Amino acid sequence: MARKGDVVINIEKCKGCEVCLAACPNEVLALSKEVNSKGYHFAMKVNSECIGCANCAIVCPDAVITVYREKRNN
Amino acid sequence: MSENTIKNPENLVYEKTSVMTDRVLHYCPGCGHGTAHRMLAEVIDELGIQGDTIGVAPVGCSVLAYYYFDVDMQEAAHGRAPAVATGIKRVLPEKYVFTYQGDGDLAAIGTAETIHACNRGENILVVFINNGIYGMTGGQMAPTTLEGMKSSTSPRGRDVKTMGNPLKITELLAQLPGTYFVTRQSVHTPANVRKTKKALKKALEYQKLDKGTCFVEVVANCPSGWKMTPVQSNKWMEENMFPYYPLGDIKVPEK
Ligand SMILES: Cc1ncc(C[n+]2csc(CCOP(=O)(O)OP(=O)(O)O)c2C)c(N)n1
Ligand code: SF4
Ligand code: SF4
Ligand code: SF4
Ligand SMILES: [Mg+2]
Repeated sequence: MARKGDVVINIEKCKGCEVCLAACPNEVLALSKEVNSKGYHFAMKVNSECIGCANCAIVCPDAVITVYREKRNN
Repeated sequence: MSENTIKNPENLVYEKTSVMTDRVLHYCPGCGHGTAHRMLAEVIDELGIQGDTIGVAPVGCSVLAYYYFDVDMQEAAHGRAPAVATGIKRVLPEKYVFTYQGDGDLAAIGTAETIHACNRGENILVVFINNGIYGMTGGQMAPTTLEGMKSSTSPRGRDVKTMGNPLKITELLAQLPGTYFVTRQSVHTPANVRKTKKALKKALEYQKLDKGTCFVEVVANCPSGWKMTPVQSNKWMEENMFPYYPLGDIKVPEK
């Protein structure tokens, strides 16, 4: 089974460009209905399927996303 | 394992490198400049050369690059970054010196500086962000604008008969004996971002060898100038920019 991951999104820095949404293999991310203080809809998690692959963070132009992934059990 | 225990420091796999400052980038949503900055910053971090790197910022949207790279930076007049970098590298040859320039900066007003720095084989890294347009000033035609591509100064599309052909300056520079490593990459998908990072890392490592100019082009989007959403612009880039500006290494060091 794939290892589980999680992301932390700095919503105040997010510009709602959707580039991360397109890069996620598990459709974990979507844009919020609310806006941040700059008026941007921001990326948010909509399911718990994150595998910690970091694709979203790597393509995010604004370095908004921090990624965690559980260690392999041994 | 509950989600709360996943988010602890030992499970951290990706965070912004500290070689990029915490400032909010002024770039438009989805603009490739931010990703290109971050890859260069990650490489500087991984090579452990933050204190030994000097960057030269251009005129163009990335004019404020010195706010974002936490390394010594120098601003250059429009197009003159390779000349400024030449001076810095010659005075401080032990430092890692890079320029970061757009296509208007590097391939229009700065063509002479670009060609002659590369022809002299200055031992610097040139990072070239080709978005086919003058982003900063309102989307005017650049030398790199594609045939038929609309811009604010070619509203009916670029007509090569009257406006010239899109300039493949990277291929041109690869012809010069002064260039050591010349490559073209992009930063619009995770795989491409990783390749760009590898190319930048090689280029900075080569600087230790003193073999000549390393030139890394990044074909990038300009959602605002192209008048598209970021995701549309990335697709448009794949379909239109890459056929004319194909990705991959153009000149690699002889073994
Ligand atoms: C000497 C001089 N001429 C013209 C300008 C106006 N100008 C500012 S940025 C720019 C073009 C920038 O385009 P590019 O280098 O492609 O950068 P981008 O904004 O697309 O990243 C021009 C013509 C200037 N600032 N200085
Ligand atoms: S790529 Fe970054 S800025 Fe764009 S929507 Fe995702 S988190 Fe926000
Ligand atoms: S780390 Fe991977 S799986 Fe998790 S949200 Fe980002 S792209 Fe999706
Ligand atoms: S105008 Fe274009 S190049 Fe400049 S920040 Fe906006 S999207 Fe990026
Ligand atoms: Mg440009």
